[in-house]
Amino acid sequence: MSTQASDTATRHSIVVEAPIERAFSVFTDGFGTFKPREHNMLQVDIAETVFETHVGGNIYDRGVDGSECRWARVLAFEPPDRVVFSWDISPQWQIETDLDKTSEVEVRFIAEAPNRTRVELEHRNLDRHGPGWESERDGVAADQGWSLYLDRFAERVAA
Amino acid sequence: MPTYEANGLAALGDPTRRAIFEHLAERPRAVGELAGELPVSRPAVSQHLKVLKEARLVVDQPVGTRRVYQIDPEGLRLLRGYLDHFWDQALAAYKTAVEQQAKESE
Repeated sequence: MSTQASDTATRHSIVVEAPIERAFSVFTDGFGTFKPREHNMLQVDIAETVFETHVGGNIYDRGVDGSECRWARVLAFEPPDRVVFSWDISPQWQIETDLDKTSEVEVRFIAEAPNRTRVELEHRNLDRHGPGWESERDGVAADQGWSLYLDRFAERVAA
Repeated sequence: MPTYEANGLAALGDPTRRAIFEHLAERPRAVGELAGELPVSRPAVSQHLKVLKEARLVVDQPVGTRRVYQIDPEGLRLLRGYLDHFWDQALAAYKTAVEQQAKESE
């Protein structure tokens, strides 16, 4: 697995021992099977994560109490080669309703052999999350916003 | 993993540094203020700030005779550090899931 970063994007790639069709379907249909558990904005545990496999669909978490959190919009869906979805989560770990302030994730699947697929992921336009930083920093919500965010950060470090 | 992301994660892994960082998230502060608010000596605060600065999580500027620290106004570095970690973990788990399914279907 490799990781690269530029100023406003982060890129990752991984090679899996599986045909491209399976690699694509597990990434999309099976998104909930590998998404890190901490990725949860609901107040309760997640019962399932649904990846709606069409442009205009959402990726959403459904909590054990039936509550839902739609945190991504599917922008491109081209099996088995490519999928693009938005990242509608603010740095304060809340749903971003201003779409100009959302980033996007593109995932490409490349068949290296009949049973081997390279998956390249780019999470880009991270600077779009930016304009909120200043107001958050100066506002009363700053402390809470940062604390919530840092809690997740610290969990990662401890994991 | 790029060095400064790793530095950012490591820098915030220390509870004292995290406390300093959170204090700076409220508003910019000088070294002496931080030392007064936290159960940490002034030289220790300076040392922690140095690490945070090297990880590019905070920036400083002189104000009169004091040096005032604040969170890197971009904040982008922190977000990217988080997302880097997130995708690393997600893709590792994805690889396990996809290869397990491939095996089961054989």
